[in-house]
Amino acid sequence: MNRLARLFLSTLLVVALVFPLVGCGGEQSSEKVLKIGTNATFPPFEFQQSNEFTGFDIDLINAIAEEQGYQVEINHMDFKALIPGLQNDKIDGAIAAMTINAERLESVDFTTPYFDAGLIIAVGQDNDTILSTEDLKGKKLAAQNGTTGARYCNSVKEQDPATDVRIFDDIGLAFMELEKAGVDAVVNDLPVTSYYLATTENTKLKTVGEVFSTEEQYGIAVKKGNTEMLDMFNEGLEKVKANGKYDELYDKWF
Amino acid sequence: MPLVEIFGLGIFDSITSQRGYAVVIESFPYFLGGAGYTIALTFLSLSMGMVLGLFLGLGKLSANRILYFLSTAFIDFFRGTPLFVQIFLLYFGVLPLFYDNDPISSAIIALGLNSAAYIGEIVRAGIQAVDPGQQEAARSLGMNQRQAMTYVILPQAFKIVIPPMINEFIALLKDSSLVSAITVPELMHRGDLVFANTYQATWIFASIAVIYFVITKTISTIGDKVERRLATD
Repeated sequence: MNRLARLFLSTLLVVALVFPLVGCGGEQSSEKVLKIGTNATFPPFEFQQSNEFTGFDIDLINAIAEEQGYQVEINHMDFKALIPGLQNDKIDGAIAAMTINAERLESVDFTTPYFDAGLIIAVGQDNDTILSTEDLKGKKLAAQNGTTGARYCNSVKEQDPATDVRIFDDIGLAFMELEKAGVDAVVNDLPVTSYYLATTENTKLKTVGEVFSTEEQYGIAVKKGNTEMLDMFNEGLEKVKANGKYDELYDKWF
Repeated sequence: MPLVEIFGLGIFDSITSQRGYAVVIESFPYFLGGAGYTIALTFLSLSMGMVLGLFLGLGKLSANRILYFLSTAFIDFFRGTPLFVQIFLLYFGVLPLFYDNDPISSAIIALGLNSAAYIGEIVRAGIQAVDPGQQEAARSLGMNQRQAMTYVILPQAFKIVIPPMINEFIALLKDSSLVSAITVPELMHRGDLVFANTYQATWIFASIAVIYFVITKTISTIGDKVERRLATD
């Protein structure tokens, strides 16, 4: 081939070989990065506002990371993808209003609890037939995939097979379904449901009954057996609780 | 997308995991039930799409400006926006205004309208592919436009559109997985539910992919046979 073509191709080759090296040895940040997984459609724990991740869980994990000398990189994903993400080392930890329970403990490890859980029933404004968890049998229920709310709905279905359980990947969709009366009730975490009703100034839905499953608590999840990461989070969490930062965040959001 | 991320590195862990294998065996009948929903959904949507698509295709070839405009607008919208968006728009926005819509009927409508747009284009192209001489011959025999279309053009167009129609059937079958987002208990949704409870992504979604493949391969094989039978040249 002619000289020009050869010159061009060899230049291209050199550039192609050199270019990746430019990426290496670049600025190495002095802080270590924690990849934290969350499902950022669950206000007030984690959600997106003007293109930024925010919420109680987000603030908390940032505070913990700061105490322990890490930078946080938030990875948003489906709730059901968090535990597999930990198992496959895609993320170092997951904070997502995730309840500590025996089922999950088979697959991941949890830190000491950082929040008290509790489920609540949401129904349509004109619904007079559902007043407590007893009345859920045989009704049409909705919940988010992988949550304790979903687990509760399925347990109701086991007691009464006439119950129809609809599982959505996003809690927002479940609430929309309730608003359009496609289901009779949504079973979900109390703070999230309350926040939804409050911030949308909701006149179509209301909560009924007592808060239940309150003996459970949220924890930060890490890969099973990763004691190093677990200890790091626990230590950070303790510091944050001890120095008042936790209370500050709690007051901010609740 | 999250599901793609999960497949990434964990593939070998998941494959060698005994539990993954067991989950698939246990859930297989459940998945097959979902496949039944998928096939039924696709059939019903495709039927709706073929009927509507025929009119849309003819409409696009029509001299009537209203028919032309309506057909073109419909096809442009349903081909120009993502099916996923259409599903949500119809399910939460438009259909509730008309009736107390459930996931399954909403899915059939969404998939039906969407496939009608694509089939409309297939029909149009098929009609235009028939030798114009046929139209001339039919008219010179004294047939009017409608008779020419019905007795001469469309029957010939029918043979031409079979391969693209088979394609559309297969595409619709795969696209039907999107209605899992509105909780239709079809194949993908069932895989999703089992996954959320067991975390065995690789085993579950690999077996679901296999089921989809078996169905689509069967359809394309039948399509080939039909094509060969109708081949006269």
